[in-house]
Amino acid sequence: MARMTMIEAVRSAMDVSMGRDDNVVVFGEDVGYFGGVFRCTQGLQAKYGKTRCFDAPISESGIVGTAIGMAAYGLKPCVEIQFADYMYPAYDQITQEAARIRYRSNGDFTCPIVLRMPTGGGIFGGQTHSQSPEALFTHVCGLKVVVPSNPYDAKGLLIASIEDPDPVMFLEPKRLYNGPFDGHHDRPVIPWSKHDLGEVPEGHYTIPIGKAEVRRKGSAVTVVAYGTMVHVALAAAEETGIDAEVIDLRSLLPLDLDAIVQSIEKTGRCVVVHEATLTSGFGGEIASLVQEHCFYHLEAPVVRVAGWDTPYPHAQEWDYFPGPARVGRALVEVMEA
Amino acid sequence: MSDPDRLSLHVPEPAVRPGGEPDFSNVKIPKAGSVPRPEIDVAPEAIRDLAYSIIRVLNRDGEAVGPWAGLLSDDELLAGLRHMMMLRAFDARMVMTQRQGKTSFYMQHLGEEAVSCAFRKALNKGDMNFPTYRQAGLLIADEYPMVEMMNQIFSNESDPLRGRQLPIMYSSKEHGFFTISGNLATQYVQAVGWAMASAIKNDTKIAAAWIGDGSTAESDFHSALVFASTYKAPVILNIVNNQWAISTFQGIARGGSGTFAARGLGFGIPALRVDGNDYLAVYAVAKWAAERARRNLGPTLIEYVTYRVGAHSTSDDPSAYRPKTESEAWPLGDPVLRLKKHLILRGAWSEERHTQAEAEIVDAVIQAQKQAEGHGTLHAGGKPSVRDIFEGVYAEMPPHIRRQRQKAGY
Repeated sequence: MARMTMIEAVRSAMDVSMGRDDNVVVFGEDVGYFGGVFRCTQGLQAKYGKTRCFDAPISESGIVGTAIGMAAYGLKPCVEIQFADYMYPAYDQITQEAARIRYRSNGDFTCPIVLRMPTGGGIFGGQTHSQSPEALFTHVCGLKVVVPSNPYDAKGLLIASIEDPDPVMFLEPKRLYNGPFDGHHDRPVIPWSKHDLGEVPEGHYTIPIGKAEVRRKGSAVTVVAYGTMVHVALAAAEETGIDAEVIDLRSLLPLDLDAIVQSIEKTGRCVVVHEATLTSGFGGEIASLVQEHCFYHLEAPVVRVAGWDTPYPHAQEWDYFPGPARVGRALVEVMEA
Repeated sequence: MSDPDRLSLHVPEPAVRPGGEPDFSNVKIPKAGSVPRPEIDVAPEAIRDLAYSIIRVLNRDGEAVGPWAGLLSDDELLAGLRHMMMLRAFDARMVMTQRQGKTSFYMQHLGEEAVSCAFRKALNKGDMNFPTYRQAGLLIADEYPMVEMMNQIFSNESDPLRGRQLPIMYSSKEHGFFTISGNLATQYVQAVGWAMASAIKNDTKIAAAWIGDGSTAESDFHSALVFASTYKAPVILNIVNNQWAISTFQGIARGGSGTFAARGLGFGIPALRVDGNDYLAVYAVAKWAAERARRNLGPTLIEYVTYRVGAHSTSDDPSAYRPKTESEAWPLGDPVLRLKKHLILRGAWSEERHTQAEAEIVDAVIQAQKQAEGHGTLHAGGKPSVRDIFEGVYAEMPPHIRRQRQKAGY
């Protein structure tokens, strides 16, 4: 076992995958010689050569379109979109192409690609470096959507994504790259080296896509979260003293509905948390599923905590980010309902 | 030659990486004054070679030579020098404030000052720029107040954009400066649309689109060229080739086309390459293109050959991907020093006056900074309200956003 940051963990996942399968190729903006603006691909070009890891022109539609073509040939491209906010020029290729290649060709062609993209706020990135577009992917049939919350999961899920036969949107919460950020932006950064889930095997392992994990056992209320919000929810539970059970979805699609239902049958209450904007966010999907599957167990309405329905502001970042105080208020609200 | 039966992937590489000796021998620099100046109604196919050459006015001795020279008076050139020096001093102070934590982020223009400063003087009031993040010279040269720029950079209580935008992503309709976006190339095709609107309304205004070498790879760049070509839109399509797109050298976006200007040729758009570090050349070529647009002759594509001396942004460290001394080896020199030399040669300037002007400009920047800091900086003093998060999403706030604002306590 080694101690890894989330950056090192995703790098290790690509390294292991490239070493095991020479059909795995990595490309994207600045990922070659430089190793990516977040350094996730550092050293891969030197190790595997410039036809396995290379710089792409600044054209996200080009990056995803060529990845689809490579996958049609038989390669397994794992490409980086520099920020999730930059994926929109590729949205046609993602939603109407990658997602449907298998369906429309009845399996004659497939699209085993992975799009890695840093997501979420917390670095004063403003409206074009802070977005969480996961619901724009879960709404599209044919895509898998993965959001890890720690280095151990990031590596195992990324290897599983690369080995998956279908296109996977792999969203890396950038504020978690260097430590388990719980929303207390005014406190010193805790590094992953001080956290159990920063302990990562060096070799190959996978974590199944579609399996949630309970991060905190509790009996009072179920908090459904993913990515950065897992850590925020854990902090909110500690700070309110409410015995919340915190579920880390890890994968939004496929979704581990059983884990959610089992927990709510026990707690009878549910708070859904995400950083993305509220309206038509993935929390709405969770809330619907909860009322369909757990209605008779619910003792209070499901509450959502999310980013406000505005673009991500720059200066007021911490008034926008749904931090532990806001999650804590929701916990109190759902307990008092 | 490799085995003809086996394919191999071509991945372009820059000439030199860190640790190597900088080498710009592949950048062919024609003599100043050697490129002809065609009539503005010239057929694009008659000037194809201008897309592969470099129009230059200032020679090594500081003289203005050739058919593109002679357009600017002493006073206009002195103003141009002052604008470039202001932009440079402004950048230096703002990089420092970023290090001091007074702002989150900054992007400087070092080495590229001539491009936006000279270009602005070729436009008229009412024309519209659709800039990227490295054309603040358009504002400086239009006498936009530095303190307003700083208020935006510091996201303070007087920030005209209410804290919503990343630092340096200015917006000023009054100064012909379209709101900057943080993503890439989107503005390029929007500029064409603005120009088409001006033509639809039989107006006299023209538009200018801006993009960097790297972003020309985006689809919006190509869409812009199609629309500009089809509708003969009154737009100047500017490409600032500063050699580096963060860590990616310009060959990755340029591919096999030889130059970025040559991208225009297939669209039948006159395409010119110009020395981006030569204030006089930038102005002359911009003026030529502006005249074409105003006479309803359609778009012009201009590639400014320059060099990004500084980091891409305050988040970047170029020593990781290019030799540290590369900027010193850049063969087109420093735009400020070249114009200074020319003005001294003209008898309009002196070393003493330059030194004095430098001190005055730094003083003016510091005064503006003091004033702006009085309104706060990112983490201290006056700031925009939390209320500002919710305002301006729509002209009229819908009920669900009002509820969220109330929930936030405002």
